[in-house]
Amino acid sequence: MDNSKIGHHISGQFNKELEDVRNKVLTMGGLVEQQIELAVTAFSTGDMEMAELVIKQDNQVDALEMAIDQECMQILALRQPAAFDLRLLITVIKVVNELERVGDMAERIAEMAIQLAGIDNNNKHDQYYELEHMAELVQEMLHGALDVFARMNIEDVTTITGLDENVDREYGSIIRQLITRMMEDPRNITRMLDVLWIARSLERIGDHACNVCEHLVYMVKGEDVRHLTQEELERKMKE
Amino acid sequence: MTAQHVRTHTIDMSSVLRDQKKTDEPNETCIKVENLNLFYGEKQALHNINMEILKKKVTAYIGPSGCGKSTLLRCINRMNDLVDSAKIDGKIILDNENIYDKSVNVAALRRRVGMVFQKPNPFPKSIFENVAYGLRIQGINDKRVLEETVENALRGSALWDEMKDRLNDNALGISGGQQQRLVIARAIAIEPEVLLLDEPASALDPISTLKIEELINELKEKYTIVIVTHNMQQAARVSDYTAFMYLGELIEMGMTSELFTNPQKKQTEDYITGRYG
Repeated sequence: MDNSKIGHHISGQFNKELEDVRNKVLTMGGLVEQQIELAVTAFSTGDMEMAELVIKQDNQVDALEMAIDQECMQILALRQPAAFDLRLLITVIKVVNELERVGDMAERIAEMAIQLAGIDNNNKHDQYYELEHMAELVQEMLHGALDVFARMNIEDVTTITGLDENVDREYGSIIRQLITRMMEDPRNITRMLDVLWIARSLERIGDHACNVCEHLVYMVKGEDVRHLTQEELERKMKE
Repeated sequence: MTAQHVRTHTIDMSSVLRDQKKTDEPNETCIKVENLNLFYGEKQALHNINMEILKKKVTAYIGPSGCGKSTLLRCINRMNDLVDSAKIDGKIILDNENIYDKSVNVAALRRRVGMVFQKPNPFPKSIFENVAYGLRIQGINDKRVLEETVENALRGSALWDEMKDRLNDNALGISGGQQQRLVIARAIAIEPEVLLLDEPASALDPISTLKIEELINELKEKYTIVIVTHNMQQAARVSDYTAFMYLGELIEMGMTSELFTNPQKKQTEDYITGRYG
């Protein structure tokens, strides 16, 4: 299973159209990855310009989503693709949807960073190292998922989805920490709720990355592996 | 809220879940092809074909030109007997009987296995006589029986409303799409068990094609249908099962929904996605 799966159609134009869709998805993926990176940095450094940039760039993510959907629809209508080509396009439509949601999550993190800056005198939030670790984890997951799409090789899928457990664990410990701080001083509550939104958004990004992986398994193997536990997925992938 | 207000019934999901649907009806084999080889002189056109065709289902044969799909179709009602150089070994079993047995009456077999070709070939007679022809040559001349059969066959091929007022017109004067449906009416007038369709829509315009496809969908209630088509989307639309053939061999056969979304063989994938074989 390599990229040559896209090529070799008798119609060269068709090859080009599929290749174009693939490149657009990867561009969108890159953009979304950058959004997360910027949003998290904006939060921890208190760089408001960066946060504003994330919010502004979300329009581009949305525009790409619509453009890619439109292109897929065109190809479906004009070429009546079958087998791998069909699965590729269906998968792209779904993956693009997941990526757009990830973009929204990044936007929310940026919004919270701005809101927190309004509450706190000190813009910097470098004391939340669990949150940063969580961000690293979900970025790794999303990057892995996009890599799977780029190479169309699903060998590493279970490694990526396996990371989601760590993300959930981190999320749990962040919540405990936030509760503790809220109890220490009720004046913290507003602030902590905003931080909670950030943690929640990161956790969702991890879930979206897992969903992308599942869609990609369908694309390559033609097998629907959604809604399975990690163990079930690992068993399926060994078959 | 009191207990009686609580709705406790669960929603029945079986009708919307695909897996449930599969086991609905028993799949009865209608035709079984066993180790079929066919030679045109020295050249082997079919290589050891084995397949089962299910009763009251539509089975489509697809494959590039010259892959043997029409040849295989023609084997099912022994049309290849008419080709001098053709030599066949292997079996085709229709209802527990090998149709290549010496004892088989070929004319009777062809009554049970009707065939429609690529180009509509109505006889230069009236519409009524075209459909009644099969009965007439069986010696049936009772006017009431003929009229009833013709009406039923024309209704069955979705032509009755268009043709009922012009049954005595010459069949060569109607459109190609109507002619093709007329030929199908002629085939079903003698109530065959199996209908073989060799590219039935390839000479028709898109609307007539859709009418034929719609007709196939209706006909499978009563008949087992085998269709050869160059048009893969057509195969995907009309058939329940699809067989992909290449160079005289059966490469892959399976449920149409599976074969077009997730074929198991690379050759099938390459063909249906339009890649170099």
